[in-house]
Amino acid sequence: MTTTSVNPNDGLQSPRSPFLSVSVTDPAKMGNGVQAYISYKVITKTNFPEYQGSEKIVIRRYSDFVWLYDRLFEKYKGNFIPPLPEKNTVEKFRFSAEFIEVRRQALDTFVNRVASHHQLQQSDDLRIFLEADEQTMERARSQDTGIFKKKQTDLMQIFRDVQSKVTDVVMGKEKPVEESNPEYEKLKRYIFELEDHVAEAQKHAYRLVKRHRELGQSLADFGKAIKLLGACEKDALGTAFTELGAKSEMLSIKLQRKAHHLLMNFEKPLKDYVRAVQSIKGTIAERANAFRQQCELAEQIKLKEIDLNKLRILRSERMLDAEHEYEELKAEGQEATKRFEAIALLMNEEIVRFQDQKTQDLGRAFHEFAKGQARLAHAIADAWRSLIPKLDSLSVS
Amino acid sequence: MMEFENQTFEDTDLHSLALNDDVNNNNTSPSSRSNGAVNGAVNHPLSSSSLPFAEIPTTDDDDVNSNNNNNPLLTSSSQNPNSFNSVLEPPSYADAVFGSFDGKQTNGAGAVAGAGATSSDYLKISITDPVKEQDPVNSLVPGGNTFVTYLITTWTNIVEYGGTEFTVRRRFRDIVTLSDRLADSHRGYFIPLRPDKSVVESQVMQKQEFVEQRRVALEKYLRKLAAHPVIRKSEELRLFLQVQGKLPLMRTTDVASRMLDGAARLPKQLFGESVVCAAVDPSDVAQPAKGGRDLLRMFKELRQSVVNDWGGTKPPVVEEDKEFLEKRKKMQDFELELTNVSQQAEAFVKAQQDMGETLGQLGLTFVKLTKFETEEAVFNSQKVRAADMKNAATSAVKASRLFRELNAQTVRHLDKLHEYLGVILAMNNAYADRSNALLTVQTLLSELANLNSRIEKLEATASKIFGGDRSRVRKIEELKETMRVTEEAKNCAVREYERIKANNKSELERLDKERHDDFFSMLKGFVVNQAGYAEKMASVWETVASETSGYAA
Repeated sequence: MTTTSVNPNDGLQSPRSPFLSVSVTDPAKMGNGVQAYISYKVITKTNFPEYQGSEKIVIRRYSDFVWLYDRLFEKYKGNFIPPLPEKNTVEKFRFSAEFIEVRRQALDTFVNRVASHHQLQQSDDLRIFLEADEQTMERARSQDTGIFKKKQTDLMQIFRDVQSKVTDVVMGKEKPVEESNPEYEKLKRYIFELEDHVAEAQKHAYRLVKRHRELGQSLADFGKAIKLLGACEKDALGTAFTELGAKSEMLSIKLQRKAHHLLMNFEKPLKDYVRAVQSIKGTIAERANAFRQQCELAEQIKLKEIDLNKLRILRSERMLDAEHEYEELKAEGQEATKRFEAIALLMNEEIVRFQDQKTQDLGRAFHEFAKGQARLAHAIADAWRSLIPKLDSLSVS
Repeated sequence: MMEFENQTFEDTDLHSLALNDDVNNNNTSPSSRSNGAVNGAVNHPLSSSSLPFAEIPTTDDDDVNSNNNNNPLLTSSSQNPNSFNSVLEPPSYADAVFGSFDGKQTNGAGAVAGAGATSSDYLKISITDPVKEQDPVNSLVPGGNTFVTYLITTWTNIVEYGGTEFTVRRRFRDIVTLSDRLADSHRGYFIPLRPDKSVVESQVMQKQEFVEQRRVALEKYLRKLAAHPVIRKSEELRLFLQVQGKLPLMRTTDVASRMLDGAARLPKQLFGESVVCAAVDPSDVAQPAKGGRDLLRMFKELRQSVVNDWGGTKPPVVEEDKEFLEKRKKMQDFELELTNVSQQAEAFVKAQQDMGETLGQLGLTFVKLTKFETEEAVFNSQKVRAADMKNAATSAVKASRLFRELNAQTVRHLDKLHEYLGVILAMNNAYADRSNALLTVQTLLSELANLNSRIEKLEATASKIFGGDRSRVRKIEELKETMRVTEEAKNCAVREYERIKANNKSELERLDKERHDDFFSMLKGFVVNQAGYAEKMASVWETVASETSGYAA
């Protein structure tokens, strides 16, 4: 799935309108044994000025995509970062053709969504991901992986939490660390509940895929057995059995194909939906963090103010320093507030886009699902119907 | 088999859980005449759980009535094609569905049903009203020894019955008796197998479900008997269906209860005396030895069979009929493949059921999600999405119901496979009759040969003695007399053997013809069914596809 950001017509490039089109292709197994992994070819076509050239091909692996996701998540708080397919550590499936294909498609979707997002597409990290040679990529990857950064922030967070909690106790009041925005509350609740619903739907969709496979298999076995029975019988009845068996086997193949189609066109979008909702939860957490930071700083500023006034009254020499610190804190506080408000604003935009996007995605998924089911049902009906005149003629012969 | 179609319509019209038949067949049974062994491994996935019969949104009930035979039961229930209460359920609709798929219904009417009854005589049986009764005599334990009786109603115009409608009450034990007596008197015929006894009879008897299953199984059994061209005219069946009160058939001819008779005669037989008296009827050889009164005969035949198997010499008479032997081999192959098909059919039915279930669950999940989105909708896009989802959800639920119906009917069709496994068992029993009769002939021939040599020996030694030996002469006379009777018995046995052979042959022909008809109707029914439901599902999904066509890539 190759989508462009602004200009849908890849071929006719009007040099003025910027475009960035990416595709993830050609999975290849690299290395051996436990160290083995899959690499993908990432092809970029763009006219963005920051980029080195109009076309670039690089080789990336799954952990590179993870790096990109983490970087984007760090930098673009408030935005809903498109979700990644999960890690799969079960050895058995890691290199199955189906798994690789499903993952490739999901990665392709991921990069495309990033490239089409009007804020995310500006990211430097994206550019590095799309352009950098392997060495640079590896260096970037090991240098500051999002995980480490996160851990640092977490540590600071914990520290501050403790501080704030102590302060609360000392001050004799419990501070609400949550926003009291009712609309936002509603959204949070919605997201959390939505995840359950969609996850359930995806689970059943996956089961449906399996059922198609099972039905196909049982039809194949049934067909084979009936053919053997036909071999025992003589004349017309034997022929009838054989014909029925052959039809069953043919339909079994159709069912297996349908199972694959269902997986790609129905289960996948639902899976994607689940991941998207989970990604939003991540953003919600970020917003909560930002809010908390803002609150804490506000706390500290208040305390500092009290302190400062004390010092003013005492006319201490430390007053200048304290004033200085106070101003700094106030600046930080403003920053924190700005950050938080930016996130909140972004989230509001994103949620609108998310809902629109999901309606589109699901609408298409349902369409494909229904179309596929209808097509299969017709094929089945036709196959069996074609057998009836034959049976009729055989039964009287 | 012939009345299978009518049978099933009647069954399922009045009693929704005909599919539970096969549950009975899981019980092991000592009696050779039950079909326990057949379906031991075969248990319909649908049979133990009660099928949830969905209400059916569409009503394709055209031409239901035109497809009926002169079947009072069928027509009565088909008059209300739209009554979907859980008792009448899919059958009446199922008929309708059948009817709508091919103009003239092949499975109900025509050749198949009427095969046995060449004239228009009918013999219809229905079993109802199970009632728990207590044995008044034997209650040492108060409240003990209860049993269930069933009301058996017969409608017929067969002349021998001398009437048109009869009602009797019978218990399961009576069925066993009927079955055993039929087996004795109809050797060589493919006699339908009776339902199993239940091992834990008295405990299980309490359960409503079990009683219902048994009632259904008994009804099926009696109807099969009524469909058999020879058995339907049998005395045993008539007595069973007509005579009020105690069943006038001998309960058992097993050795134990006949010990008194047999043991009384044994000394006489051992000493070769009084073979002339009416106590030993040569025509007794027409009865199978096993379970018979004649202990000595059993011993002799056992010895003969050992000689046949292990002795160096060829037995005096062997199964020569090549055609028979060929056919038997073919049937064995057929049985093997049929068993396999029947297993695969089960797996297929299970897969179909699972598919329907998962579709239903998917649909329900989407319904919930739709509700959720609608309630929590902040944006218009959510409302749109909810609407799309609702369509998909209801279609999934519809499709799920269609699958369930499809499956119910698939089961009915493919049930024929299981039925034929039972028929093959009946056939094997008939072949066993033949072997047993042959064994009897062989035994008697051996005995004749034996007697002959003894006579010769005695005559030889007697002639050496001057004036003869009076005791020896008397001995020779006795032996000659024994030989005469044995000769008569042998002739009887040979006649019996030939009779059984003839029965085998005619039954085999009947089976071939019926098998041809039955399987064709099964195949066609199955195919029509699948096609019809696939078309229905296609139309359900087409609607959603067109409604969401705006999203097409």
